[in-house]
Amino acid sequence: MRLRTHAGTRSLGVLSIAALAVTALTACGAQVDAAGADPSAGTADSCVDTSGDTVRIGFLNSLSGTMAISEQTVHDSLQLAAAEINADGGVLGKQLEVVTEDGQSEPTVFAEKATKLITSDCVAAVFGGWTSASRKAMLPVFESNDSLLFYPVQYEGLEASPNIFYTGATTNQQIVPALDYLAEQGVESLFLVGSDYVFPRTANKIINAYAEAHGIEVLGEEYAPLGHTDFSTIVNKVRSADADAVFNTLNGDSNVAFFKEYSNAGLAADEMPVLSVSIAEEEIGGIGVENVEGQLTAWNYYQTVDTPENAAFVEAFKAEYGEDRVTSDPMEAAYDSLHLWKGMVEKAGSFAVADVQEAADGVSFDAPEGTVTVDGDNHHIAKTALIGRIGADGLIHTEWSSDGPIEPDPFLEGYDWADGLS
Amino acid sequence: MTTTHRTTDRLAALLRPGRSRALAGFALAAVVLFAVAPLLLSPFRLSLLAKFLCLAMVAVGIGLAWGRGGLLTLGQGVYFGLGAYLMAMHLKLADAGPGGVPDFMSLYGTGEVPWWWEPLRSPVATILLIALVPALLAGLLGWAVFTRRVRGAYFAILSQALAAAFAILLIGQQQTTGGTNGLNGFRAFFGYDLTDPVNQRMLYLVAAGALLAMVLVARQLMVSRFGELLVAVRDGEDRVRFLGYDPALVKTVAYVVAAVMAAVGGALFVPVVGIISPADVGVVPSIGFLVGVAIGGRATLLGPVLGSIAVSWAQTSISEQFPSGWIYFQGALFIGVVAFLPGGLASLVRRRRRRSAARSAPPAPVTQTEGSTP
Repeated sequence: MRLRTHAGTRSLGVLSIAALAVTALTACGAQVDAAGADPSAGTADSCVDTSGDTVRIGFLNSLSGTMAISEQTVHDSLQLAAAEINADGGVLGKQLEVVTEDGQSEPTVFAEKATKLITSDCVAAVFGGWTSASRKAMLPVFESNDSLLFYPVQYEGLEASPNIFYTGATTNQQIVPALDYLAEQGVESLFLVGSDYVFPRTANKIINAYAEAHGIEVLGEEYAPLGHTDFSTIVNKVRSADADAVFNTLNGDSNVAFFKEYSNAGLAADEMPVLSVSIAEEEIGGIGVENVEGQLTAWNYYQTVDTPENAAFVEAFKAEYGEDRVTSDPMEAAYDSLHLWKGMVEKAGSFAVADVQEAADGVSFDAPEGTVTVDGDNHHIAKTALIGRIGADGLIHTEWSSDGPIEPDPFLEGYDWADGLS
Repeated sequence: MTTTHRTTDRLAALLRPGRSRALAGFALAAVVLFAVAPLLLSPFRLSLLAKFLCLAMVAVGIGLAWGRGGLLTLGQGVYFGLGAYLMAMHLKLADAGPGGVPDFMSLYGTGEVPWWWEPLRSPVATILLIALVPALLAGLLGWAVFTRRVRGAYFAILSQALAAAFAILLIGQQQTTGGTNGLNGFRAFFGYDLTDPVNQRMLYLVAAGALLAMVLVARQLMVSRFGELLVAVRDGEDRVRFLGYDPALVKTVAYVVAAVMAAVGGALFVPVVGIISPADVGVVPSIGFLVGVAIGGRATLLGPVLGSIAVSWAQTSISEQFPSGWIYFQGALFIGVVAFLPGGLASLVRRRRRRSAARSAPPAPVTQTEGSTP
């Protein structure tokens, strides 16, 4: 073996690194001051083209990966809304041209595709996202490009971006009413079960604060990794704690395993009900009706809601996608989001982001869940909370409803017991 | 056991007269990366390319460790993630200002910065730690594993388990690591506003420079005495030991170099993409890093880089064209390459070169030695 020298490559390397340093130094842009504030500094000019007969919008849902099973339903519902709006004459007389991108269940891909939709496709607004991670990943993209995202899923609150409209429930429209309901039913102790990510952990923080203020005892708090399917230990703990009710924030597949284990352990809905906030009509089939019949859920919409708008929505959806399909809360919220955007644009008479933001306050839509209204300050919408019971037919039937729509309060500022949560 | 000799001999023969060709290739790559790409691509596409370059840095390291050293590392996400999280933590602290608390900690945590975040307030310490922490971890782990002669599939499983554990750890510590949300929403990179397209271009140039530097380092290592030892260890570890060398040391060095390259890739990935989450560091992305390397040709110098960039690019462009069916195309591509070109696309080039060489000089021996060990 010989030792070789490589003077040639080495000098080239030094040269190229020097060249790089020079290029990098001359290529620097704006600096921020040390405090680094000013999050809303939008530097990009909008390239949205509204001169023709059409206007582009973007749908960004996970069509592949672990979230595809849920997000595909939202995508279907968005397509339905776009078709309806187009058949009805479009928005400001312009037909909607939908650009679809696949978020691939990955936060980084959501950020990438959002940038692409805004800067390459020049869409007027983007509709989609599901997980908190995907929303958090897209938020800086929409703020720095000064564009609009409509996010259709109930979430953990504690956020209000001028560039996002949240058409799903925030915590005071889902979790807090669910606790009110349980307290009304005389529940004095709770057991908390959740998946290990930001929504369950934040939800449980709120539940603990509520419980402390209302004299409810929290007997246990257990987390399982997303996708976890062995619940024997957790269900054993639930049984021995013997709480009056279980508050379930598990997400996805874990629910199947949890409820099977729950009924195997001989626990029943009439003795120790489980109130879930992530199980909708779509998930019941997967879990198996026999495992969840009689259990409680908290949402703002069920397929069984009795309004003329819902009858039309369910009928149109089934006509488009098949008689065996069901409609659920996130799908309905996504459907609403497109109609609300239409309302904002038509009120503003413009597709420009600033005009839409300006016009947003008070825009309402007669949604399948009932009338919803946009709050111009925090960009959430007023929604009615519904507690439902899962029936033998695999659908959810309303058991209790709040007195009309609840004003959104993402930071729980209107609740004394929630001081110090955010 | 003549294969070792033949490999090294052929390598030497390939590289000595090929040095001018390598130089020309390197110069061409530099021109494309520094001049052509910034001129032709829109800011969005350029920062997408920057992201691909960051992933390609991981591939350079894997090419060295796996292609040359036979270390099938299924857990490079750990080192990528360490570099990325260290950088992200620094950016969060810098955004929060001196003594400030990152936003997610006050939302979801106790509102206090844990002690192990504190050193990252300093930019210098951050840069040092990005290199040192992965090097130290890889060094300790590599030394412990390789001196016990753990190799082959056992090493692969071990490295993959490490990636799984790392992702679970990050998810579980939501109050201090951001959990599944990861760390995101960075405003500035060492004082430069990240929303400014000019700064995004600067980041791209930094990534391009770093990648070229890594390719250079990899080339130097490959043609050095160490590189020959590494190939020898891959093809005949016991023989190397009998000759008086310590294979564990050779493998550990290759593993550490690969780890540091992955960490630098991760550190640059963060400002370019604007987010790092456990979804980018776990088992699936760790295997994803290998795909490009395998497709490009793991034992060659440029195969891993070009393969990795090509796979990233294909994934993006095919998914833009066919948002609902792109994943089938990708699957078909992988199956095609694995079934028909197990040596990667680089083996196509080599096969053609060999065929033309065989035509001019008929008795040249053709033995397939590279790619014999995963």
